[in-house]
Amino acid sequence: MKRYSFTCYHQPIEEGLALLGGPLPDHDTQWPEWEVFIQERRGGSHINVGAVHAPDGEMALILAKETFTRRQPCVNLWIVNTQDIHSTRYEDEAIFQSTFDRSYRNTTGFKLEKPVQATEVS
Amino acid sequence: MTEEQLLEKFEARIRRNEKIEPGDWMPDRYRNGLIRMISQHAHSEVIGALPEGTWIPYAPSFKRKMALIAKVQDEIGHGQMLYRAAETLGISREEMINQLLTGKAIYSNVFNYPADTWADIAIIGWLVDGAAIVNQTKLLLGSYGPYSRAMERICFEEGFHLKQGYDNVCHLMGGTQKQRDMVQESFTRWWWPLMMFFGPRDKDSVHSSDLMRWKVKIKSNDELRQEFLSSFVPKIRAFGLAIPDPDLRFHEDTKEWTFTDPDWDEFHRVIRGNGPMNKERLGVRRLAHEEGRWVREALEAFVNEGKSA
Repeated sequence: MKRYSFTCYHQPIEEGLALLGGPLPDHDTQWPEWEVFIQERRGGSHINVGAVHAPDGEMALILAKETFTRRQPCVNLWIVNTQDIHSTRYEDEAIFQSTFDRSYRNTTGFKLEKPVQATEVS
Repeated sequence: MTEEQLLEKFEARIRRNEKIEPGDWMPDRYRNGLIRMISQHAHSEVIGALPEGTWIPYAPSFKRKMALIAKVQDEIGHGQMLYRAAETLGISREEMINQLLTGKAIYSNVFNYPADTWADIAIIGWLVDGAAIVNQTKLLLGSYGPYSRAMERICFEEGFHLKQGYDNVCHLMGGTQKQRDMVQESFTRWWWPLMMFFGPRDKDSVHSSDLMRWKVKIKSNDELRQEFLSSFVPKIRAFGLAIPDPDLRFHEDTKEWTFTDPDWDEFHRVIRGNGPMNKERLGVRRLAHEEGRWVREALEAFVNEGKSA
């Protein structure tokens, strides 16, 4: 097979190889987590799409923009520290189920009757 | 509830095609299997960006360069999304990053092969991403909520990767004889790593049926490989590219492809770190991590200064 003389390897690979097996840098990548909420269009709800790691909210916004809005339309971003979210537990799902008929809360719970005719009372 | 009852509830949920969410009870083997799989997937995205990133300065046109930059940025973004999905199972991103940097982690073998020519970039975009999509569209159906949510976003973006790779191959194959030769030479090298992409044959695969039943894995290695061959071999032949396996054949009666096995000893050798590019990939990743250190320090300093002011 034909070989090509051009080489694409421009990184200083030797320098990288020299680092292998050596000590790792100090722990410096585990920043707090921030939940990302995207509003796709004005008037819509902000929807959670994932999370990023960042030292503060300002940086989290920049990372969220880069990570989640490269394709998806977006007019507004929210960032919330994951620690600040209060959540129910999945094992308590039952609290969302009704124990008795609650059809009266829905439009379908009402059958339309014929309007009552006013009758003359003498 | 006893362990058996919890397991029964967990399995019933999966049978109903409901997703498992963080905080749900899950068997340790499910948790650990997922951590291994998602972190390997994340590492593959991060390392997978290296062979293509190397070519950014040499892309042959402005449009190809912009597309390649966008693709590389996508891969790194996918890596971050996946690290985050794995974190919901109780491992930290830093732990995973350190496993990768110290060479303890496994990532897709396919990225331990060299991309020496521009045609390699075309073939990677088309066929390596094509193979990844066959796999990823199945993972979308997996049982773990955070992983399948991440896969939804990732699959959407991978569609562009495949298209730009295919377009790149089309362009080269419609060019000069020299360009066509370059594609053929590249394709011949990538064929065997592609045949290894989905892992060993089912009969030699060590992973258990539990992970299939729990919908961590959706299709077996052999099923995925068959699907890949069915989608891509007709397109490869349509280009007039010669496949370096004279025994590759589709059987109408069994609806199956038979083929020459790739060198599985090579597969195991490369996984254990002895492939043609393992050291280089890790070295470049390690160097990038080191060179990014001042950015992390600057951010930290900026935030701390704000706190003390």
